[in-house]
Amino acid sequence: MKKSNTAVQELPDAGAYMPTPPPAWKPRTDPAPLLPDTEPYRVLGTDAAGRLDAGLMRRLYAELVRGRRYNAQATALTKQGRLAVYPSSTGQEACEVAAALVLEDRDWLFPSYRDTLAAVARGLDPVQALTLLRGDWHTGYDPREQRIAPLCTPLATQLPHAVGLAHAARLKGDDVVALAMVGDGGTSEGDFHEALNFAAVWRAPVVFLVQNNGFAISVPLAKQTAAPSLAHKAVGYGMPGRLVDGNDAAAVHEVLGEAVERARRGGGPTLVEAVTYRIEAHTNADDATRYRGDAEVETWRAHDPIQLLERELTERGMLDDDGIREAREAAETMAADLRERMNADPVLDPMDLFAHVYAEKTSQLREQEALLRAELEAEGER
Amino acid sequence: MTTAASASAAGTALAAKPATMAQALGRALRDAMAEDPSVHVMGEDVGALGGVFRVTDGLVKEFGEDRCTDTPLAEAGILGTAVGMAMYGLRPVVEMQFDAFAYPAFEQLISHVARMRNRTRGGMPMPLVIRVPYGGGIGGVEHHSDSSEAYYMATPGLHVVTPSTVEDAYGLMRAAIASDDPVVFLEPKRLYWSKAAWSPDAPTAVEPIGRAVVRRSGRSATLITYGPSVPVCMEAAAAAEAEGWDLEVVDLRSLVPFDDETVAASVRRTGRAVVVHESTGFGGPGGEIAARVTERCFHHLEAPVLRVAGFDIPYPPPMLERHHLPGVDRVLDAVARLQWEADN
Ligand SMILES: Cc1ncc(C[n+]2csc(CCOP(=O)(O)OP(=O)(O)O)c2C)c(N)n1
Repeated sequence: MKKSNTAVQELPDAGAYMPTPPPAWKPRTDPAPLLPDTEPYRVLGTDAAGRLDAGLMRRLYAELVRGRRYNAQATALTKQGRLAVYPSSTGQEACEVAAALVLEDRDWLFPSYRDTLAAVARGLDPVQALTLLRGDWHTGYDPREQRIAPLCTPLATQLPHAVGLAHAARLKGDDVVALAMVGDGGTSEGDFHEALNFAAVWRAPVVFLVQNNGFAISVPLAKQTAAPSLAHKAVGYGMPGRLVDGNDAAAVHEVLGEAVERARRGGGPTLVEAVTYRIEAHTNADDATRYRGDAEVETWRAHDPIQLLERELTERGMLDDDGIREAREAAETMAADLRERMNADPVLDPMDLFAHVYAEKTSQLREQEALLRAELEAEGER
Repeated sequence: MTTAASASAAGTALAAKPATMAQALGRALRDAMAEDPSVHVMGEDVGALGGVFRVTDGLVKEFGEDRCTDTPLAEAGILGTAVGMAMYGLRPVVEMQFDAFAYPAFEQLISHVARMRNRTRGGMPMPLVIRVPYGGGIGGVEHHSDSSEAYYMATPGLHVVTPSTVEDAYGLMRAAIASDDPVVFLEPKRLYWSKAAWSPDAPTAVEPIGRAVVRRSGRSATLITYGPSVPVCMEAAAAAEAEGWDLEVVDLRSLVPFDDETVAASVRRTGRAVVVHESTGFGGPGGEIAARVTERCFHHLEAPVLRVAGFDIPYPPPMLERHHLPGVDRVLDAVARLQWEADN
């Protein structure tokens, strides 16, 4: 190139500035449509219920009944001071149970603090699931053993973890799927948006389940988002969004099942919004009368996930009185066992405070350990 | 003095004594909003619910949703939009629901809130208040008990204050809202329900930010403390008295700016000092405080400045927190290590 002495550089033809048109943009998703239906998808009470698998439905039903009993028992334990706090998922059991049942053993669940039930339905010991809420340790189980990430309290922060794990599994050639749960309020956090974007760009085998239960503590959905639905948020990231009736266990199971399957065969992530309702207050520490009326709660009680499934299955002859009784008895057995085991004070070793801060204790921690040991000995002598 | 009957609607409950710290904070917000239409309160659940600690109770009724706003659930968004509001002349007071949930907002706090005045050569001050309930001792589950003051203190451009009494809660909040610079207002959770006979209708002193106060005078040693550890130190001082120890307790109230004068004057009188806080010791506020005291009082010191702090561990689960939090005994043990003279 010839060096020009003039101050103004010679400009090439305007034509050279014409951008070459980009190739037509195509979403990288499977044929699955990106836009969700305008109405939540339902199976119960529709013709689709005719093709339900009776065995699977009975299992779902039994888990719902057990889950409801678990919620009631855990709530009772807060009243007895056995749990510091319990965020109940009463009314949301269909989402909790379906999320657990659509996963294979090798898959991973990423629950929020409200999703103890999903962890239990996946097979976690009910007492271990309550450790965080009882207050003896932050996580009562080994996440790797259970394939359940720690129950997550900061909202939406577990979602990028799910994406990263699923991505890593795929890099290793494992056909593992991660299912991550979040509330409607959590969808406003930056982490939610970043997780969806990463998942879509990486085509990570992740399923995001939003349980839209109407409120984030006291704040109703209308103050959380102006979108037509939370499922619509998927579109902008380039993944399908599905809207489902979160109290219809058969529908939630089907929609999540499809999403898991799509993820497993390389089809990428899906955002599922399950429309449901939080029947109890946010936690036992919350006063729900400050922000909602009884009439609304009663409307949703009439749309109860257990009743919906029970009615459909009995009408179709898939469930009889014996089946119902068995489910209830199994639930009572679980509750009695939970009561009994939670009745004893856990025996804790204060020295555990220093045991897991680092792989190897710092010299400062060893000093502090000695201080506490001396204090405990002095206490013991008193 | 006004009577309960003549108190305003929001003050009715408060005029009946005693008042809690949470009520005094709420009253300060209310009075500031009533006086200055540019003061806006926003955060998660601050409206109908009145905040999970009820500090903002009644504000939405009195001032409407534009002045007391339930925001979407996003801390970075809450603080980031507050920055924009402050750019346009409003004075936002934002609530972070719990200490550990403020972290998503740190990008805004550190990259913008704290340095906006500086990067605009004074052209764009940030008169906003960030309210953060902090600290443990209430049996909260994971992520509900952090003491994050060291992070805030390490960021130039922020004021960091924390009350320990009902009166100070009111006075400091009024001062924070009036400040033309950003104030991180740390609210000690376990003192929210502490009570004092305080009337919102009687005048309460609004101290300028940056002044410590001697809560108890003594001659033998100074306990330098703040927020939730102040009552612990007062109790320790009372217990020490029985054994002939005469402890002075300095309540810092403001961590940034730091009241070197009050603290140094006290330590020069007593010759010994222990810094007490529940935040971690390593890299914690106590290190900075001990260094400052040593720099100013070296020739007056009869013993090294000691620290009593929380252990250097992630905040423990509620069933173990009593072992972590500095209590009266741990403070007294430190005092004993100051090599007590027989004449006390
Ligand atoms: C980052 C963060 N901010 C605030 C909170 C405090 N908080 C706990 S639960 C909750 C509401 C969550 O609502 P939603 O996501 O709808 O879930 P739900 O409780 O209804 O299951 C809030 C604000 C938190 N846990 N994490």
